[in-house]
Amino acid sequence: MKQMMEKKLKPKAHELAQKQKEISVAEFFEKNRHLLGFDSPKKSLMTTVKEAVDNALDACEEAEVLPEISLEIIDMQNNRYRMIIEDNGPGIVKKQIPNIFAKLLYGSKFHALRATRGQQGIGISAAALYGQLTTGRPIKITSKISPDDPAYYYELHINTLTNQPEIIKEEQVEWKKNQGTRIELDMEASYQKGPQSVDEYIKQTAIINSHATIIYTNPKAEQFIFTRVAKEPIKIPKEIKPHPYGIEIGVMIRMLKSTQTKTLQQFLTTEFSRVTVNVAKEICDKAIVANNSKPESLDRSFAEKLIKAIRETKIMAPPTDCVQPIGEELLEKGLKKEVQAEFYTSVSRNASVYRGNPFLIEVGIAYGGELTKEGTCRVLRFANKVPLMYQQSAGAIQKAITDINWRSYGLSQSGGSLPQGPLVILVHMASVWVPFTSESKEAIAHYDEIIKEMKLALQEAGRKLGLYVRKKKRVGEELKKRSYMEKYIPYVATALGELLDLKKDEQTKIEQDLAETLEHVRGEVEDLTFDPSKNEEYDETLAKFGMEDEDGEENRDEE
Amino acid sequence: MEKKIVTKNKTNKKEVMEEITSIAREIHKDISKHKNPTVSMPLRSLSNVEYDPKEGFFELKGKEKIRKLTASTIKTFAQTLLLMNESRKLAKIKDTASKREAYYISKNWGVAAFKEDAEAFTVMDDVEAMLQVNREQMGFIPEEKGGAVAGKLVIIDGNDNIDCTKFGSGAYSIPSTVEHLKFNTSAKFILVVETSALFQRLNNHKYWDSSNCIIVAMGGVPTRATRRFVRRLADDKKLAVYVFTDGDPYGYLNIYRTFKVGSGNAAHINEFFCVPQAEFLGVTPQDIIDYKLPTHDLQEQDLKRIKDGIKNDPFVQHHKKWEKALEQMAKMKKRSEQQAFASSGLNYVLTDYLPNKLKDKSTWLP
Repeated sequence: MKQMMEKKLKPKAHELAQKQKEISVAEFFEKNRHLLGFDSPKKSLMTTVKEAVDNALDACEEAEVLPEISLEIIDMQNNRYRMIIEDNGPGIVKKQIPNIFAKLLYGSKFHALRATRGQQGIGISAAALYGQLTTGRPIKITSKISPDDPAYYYELHINTLTNQPEIIKEEQVEWKKNQGTRIELDMEASYQKGPQSVDEYIKQTAIINSHATIIYTNPKAEQFIFTRVAKEPIKIPKEIKPHPYGIEIGVMIRMLKSTQTKTLQQFLTTEFSRVTVNVAKEICDKAIVANNSKPESLDRSFAEKLIKAIRETKIMAPPTDCVQPIGEELLEKGLKKEVQAEFYTSVSRNASVYRGNPFLIEVGIAYGGELTKEGTCRVLRFANKVPLMYQQSAGAIQKAITDINWRSYGLSQSGGSLPQGPLVILVHMASVWVPFTSESKEAIAHYDEIIKEMKLALQEAGRKLGLYVRKKKRVGEELKKRSYMEKYIPYVATALGELLDLKKDEQTKIEQDLAETLEHVRGEVEDLTFDPSKNEEYDETLAKFGMEDEDGEENRDEE
Repeated sequence: MEKKIVTKNKTNKKEVMEEITSIAREIHKDISKHKNPTVSMPLRSLSNVEYDPKEGFFELKGKEKIRKLTASTIKTFAQTLLLMNESRKLAKIKDTASKREAYYISKNWGVAAFKEDAEAFTVMDDVEAMLQVNREQMGFIPEEKGGAVAGKLVIIDGNDNIDCTKFGSGAYSIPSTVEHLKFNTSAKFILVVETSALFQRLNNHKYWDSSNCIIVAMGGVPTRATRRFVRRLADDKKLAVYVFTDGDPYGYLNIYRTFKVGSGNAAHINEFFCVPQAEFLGVTPQDIIDYKLPTHDLQEQDLKRIKDGIKNDPFVQHHKKWEKALEQMAKMKKRSEQQAFASSGLNYVLTDYLPNKLKDKSTWLP
């Protein structure tokens, strides 16, 4: 008994300390793979492609070159796939290559607030780790930064205990390209066609990035070339400092610790946007902190006071020129390429702000034509020009669409669901910080300000659509009436002809006169018949691409 | 009044055909001038009739229905012209067709054919009203069965002299056209009864012999031929006309009122198809009380019918006595059939009720 007591008196912490050790990145990855987008072989392929393509496009924009991306996915059998991607971006300097591709949570994007595709910098190194864990093979990089510089080739592993790059191979190679980066990565994956396929992802990427040329070869060895529509390279969005309204306590503490500034006032005016000297002084007064305090000396409770003071201070909204719209014209062009409809419209809203983060919403709508009339509409979702493929019903876009009464625009819709009919709705959110519901970046979080902007854009486009739908209905009814009248005109003529003993040509004259009179009385009707040749942008191969049902044979067997 | 009817009645087939052609010509003219053609006809409803006791029938007030050629009317428009054409064809070959046959004729009109009887009858009524003639004059004869006649009357139908006392327990059946009939009679009045059953009882007991009259059975709402027959007979032989119906709103407002002054729906021909000299003998609401008749309760629709009559029927509005009688019935909420007299003995109606009523004009209704 006593012995036991003694044993118990020994602090438990010692025992626990034996179990406490640094968890490895591999372990971290294994435990969080669902958060990072590697929860199934199918999704892993998608996530890898997504990270690689996003990086390539961002890099090109950074260098202000028109992107030319070649992507090839090769089926290596036994559930192994090889992804090879090559871009004409600015390339990566030699010494950074190992860090970027073989060290988790390393990157330039994490600290910047900029409307770029990749945001959290978790991307490509996680894919490299995934490949390494599932195949044991290294990621292979070739990069060149200018025609005058040599190209470097690397084979890299990630040390799963230390999260440090391990260079397997490093050499200078010949590469005919002026500049750019090439990545080769093997992984365990699975490839399927359909609405959530890599094919569909690439297609949607091409639609929204109409300035890029993408050459894509899928695992079935089918090659697709998406040629650019726009001639001007996209300028890299401006980077802005965070706005005080969007800062949370953790970030504030980290910023206070890592700042180079000497005083709190300096910290506030240089690390944040829209904080003038006067505003900084006001914040300090409200927080009851001296404006010349050293930032690194301020602890958690001060950080909290600071945040409370910020919320109580009137600060000008952040500049919004850092978010660039795709533009109504390019949005429509993109839709026309993909969808053979009879009516297109698009709306590009002015920038707005949520939690101190500037953002803007764009909406495109295609209606009628060859779109299927059955079922609910198709929704294409984009965040900073990246297609969102999964978790449609969880995001703010779905919420905004279903909140709107589409019946008032002449469509059918059952309460609280998507509208029905031949309709495609495209929604794009551009922001320096897109709030996703999870790390795998699949759905936009429900912020009131964001949903409100989405609804305003959808309603504006909806009104334009409603005008068309109603006009079409009217014209349809009118044409029906006319054809009905035309059916009976000959009988009026025959009866009159017989009653008045008229000759055949006089009867024909009655028919003509009557038809003319009725035409005159009823007025001109606009021709709204669907003419597929009117849409010059439409690309049938593109539209069908990625949409075929691979399980066709299986379905037939089931019957 | 009599003179007017005779002149109007002269409207023979030739004139009707000319009217048809002239309407067709107007339409043709409009069309060739690129004008939207129209046809007009009197609005056929109670709201478009007025009652003038001097004239004795519901007369059109002159509200017109103009049918423009539009998407919703073009089929009827074509059918109207086609039917007018058929009417003209019938006149040419001196033939007639029944209403039902008109429906079958339309089967040659392709998509303009009548879909059902009702459609054919509506268009026929429209043409009638447009031309202000009755369908017999257009060559279309009704299929409805006319009433029955018995009593002291000889009908001269061409070469046939028909003695209506010689039908035994049967009766003379009124043909669909009666314009050509001539009459010979020594009777003092015509008794018009609603039901065939009561007519049978009166006929079996040769009531017409003892009362020196002619009896006519309407069998519900009187057909045009029955009305026309009684009218011509009464006018020709200066006979009084007494009507005996069930004591209920239907007997008053549908049967008797239509018999005497015509209907709103066929107002354009009321002039010929009414019997203004008719008087209402019974069963009045007061009779129900006086003769302690067995009754039935009025139904919701009966009460509605009374209310509607008081409110909208120009005939009731003119005759305060009728208004009072209807109000009395509405209050009693009871009705009696003319055969209810059987409760006092099967022949009570001819031995007591009718003689009593005939003696006392003050118990009648106008």
